[in-house]
Amino acid sequence: MMVTDTDPSENVFNNNAGGINQVEEKTVSLFSINIRNFLSNHLAVFASIIVISAIVVSIFSPWFAPHDPNKTNLFLRLQPPAWMEGGDWRHPLGADHLGRDILSRIIYGTRVSITVGFSVIFIATSIGILTGLVAGYLKGYFDIVISTIVDILLGFPYLIFAIALMAAMGPGFQNIILALVYKEWVIPCRVVRGETLAIKEIEYVEAAQAVGASRFHIMLREILPNILSPVIVVATTRMATVIILESSLSFLGLGVQPPTASWGNMVADGREFMLEAWWVSTFSGIAILILVLSMNIASLGLRDAFDPRFSES
Amino acid sequence: MQIMLGDQHVTPEMEQTLRKDMGLDLPIQERFFRFLYNASRGNFGRSFFHRRPVMEVILERLPATIELTLCAMLIAIIVSIPLGVLAAVRKGTIYDRTSVVTAMVGVSMPGFWFGIILIILFSINLHWLPVSGRSTFSLSVPSVTGMLLIDTLLAGRVDSFIDAVKHLILPTITLGMAMGATLMQVTRASMMEVLKQDYILFAEAKGLKRRRVTFLHALKNALIPTVTVAAIQTGQLLGGNMIIETIFGWPGVGSLVVRAIFNRNYPLVQAAVLIYVMIYVLMNFIADILYTVLNPKVRI
Repeated sequence: MMVTDTDPSENVFNNNAGGINQVEEKTVSLFSINIRNFLSNHLAVFASIIVISAIVVSIFSPWFAPHDPNKTNLFLRLQPPAWMEGGDWRHPLGADHLGRDILSRIIYGTRVSITVGFSVIFIATSIGILTGLVAGYLKGYFDIVISTIVDILLGFPYLIFAIALMAAMGPGFQNIILALVYKEWVIPCRVVRGETLAIKEIEYVEAAQAVGASRFHIMLREILPNILSPVIVVATTRMATVIILESSLSFLGLGVQPPTASWGNMVADGREFMLEAWWVSTFSGIAILILVLSMNIASLGLRDAFDPRFSES
Repeated sequence: MQIMLGDQHVTPEMEQTLRKDMGLDLPIQERFFRFLYNASRGNFGRSFFHRRPVMEVILERLPATIELTLCAMLIAIIVSIPLGVLAAVRKGTIYDRTSVVTAMVGVSMPGFWFGIILIILFSINLHWLPVSGRSTFSLSVPSVTGMLLIDTLLAGRVDSFIDAVKHLILPTITLGMAMGATLMQVTRASMMEVLKQDYILFAEAKGLKRRRVTFLHALKNALIPTVTVAAIQTGQLLGGNMIIETIFGWPGVGSLVVRAIFNRNYPLVQAAVLIYVMIYVLMNFIADILYTVLNPKVRI
């Protein structure tokens, strides 16, 4: 614990380029201890490998997918998976009602989930960090305005808010990201504001004020590096939720529009054929489940490693 | 307006009449204030699609939604609390690990997919339960409260009651799943926290029976966070409702709103969203009050 307490503040004084650089230092930093804690949690490491593979698959979809995801072939209509009667290993998970290869569509669907997940979390966290820092550090009118907006947004149930926004804006890829960001930024904002309020009273921030550092410098260089851990943990936890929300919107037909494959609209496609072809809905749902479950497990591991308050052991 | 009309042949005069009828001929700010004024008196205008006051359409379908939500909440609470307590008491055992993993899967599972899998399994393959809807037509009973479970009992029809229960099972499980999983995690965590406290050790040292300590001393305190989370979650169930009702063809407000969005029936969407938000805020308020009642250490 001694290392934990002294190290970050030392870094801020020694290294004005920002505490994030502490990773590269030879001394045992808080960050490397946390990483080591995380690596000792095998389940979480396994889950993160799955998440990373999903990211790789989403980037290189054309290389992984055996077929064109939008190529229809009515001869293959509702072809069952390979191991069932009538199946064929050229289409391992079967084909949907238009004869499109399900495996290829799932592989391309990774793109939508991963892109929406990462963009929403990235944009929302950036907005949340900025507004949270301003509200927590500058206080006054800034805090009143930001906190009021946050409180109002918290009054809406998430999915209903997103559905209402999508209904107003119309479906589409950018609109999903926008609709989710509108409410998502509130969560990192609250975390950052709370942490900032606690940290601004610590001596090194006062010291920076005393030597005449600008408010901008103090917020971004002194406070931000030291509150990043909880922010990262919250961001990874929220990503799983965002992916479920995206697929729910697509399932309702308010999200990504056909023929673009997304896991949500694939489940919706299969719903009409569940009497004769269970495989159309089932596999894309399993894909969502695996990705979200891995993200949840990985983020729990990160939380335990980075935030000793939550550790159960 | 243009989108709603599509490529039907309409004369400009007809369009004007329709606009005026729907109140779309006024400038936007006037429409907004009119909406606020009317909404505050419970008047949300007329549904473009049903040609009836929006409130009437919504209130007609509200009981079905309330019935489903309440059942899901009850099932989630009844199942998750004992499981959470058991997991905490037997911490580290196989039982504990299984329930933690199950809860994790439950939280990560998209509700719309789980519902479809249940239909494929129990309705299509096993033929145990009906695929969708609320009741079989031939077994319908006169509506008194709008909640079928109560109406069928009031009418004294056991066969209709069983039919209603059968229709309720799958949507209830689907809707209750995520909530139950969350509640179990919360109960387990808070129970473990409470079991570490000194007064539990003291109660055990006093020679009280293990079971008495667990259920009387520990559970009472461990349930404080569970109850508040349950209240908040019930508010959130409303969002899940839209999806679950759509899947199971449940004639409630959720499926109504989803259809209204596609019909561009905006007065109905506005009114329903407002009602949802009000219920959500109310549930959060109840959660706050419950928290202070259960935990006298906190004052509002």
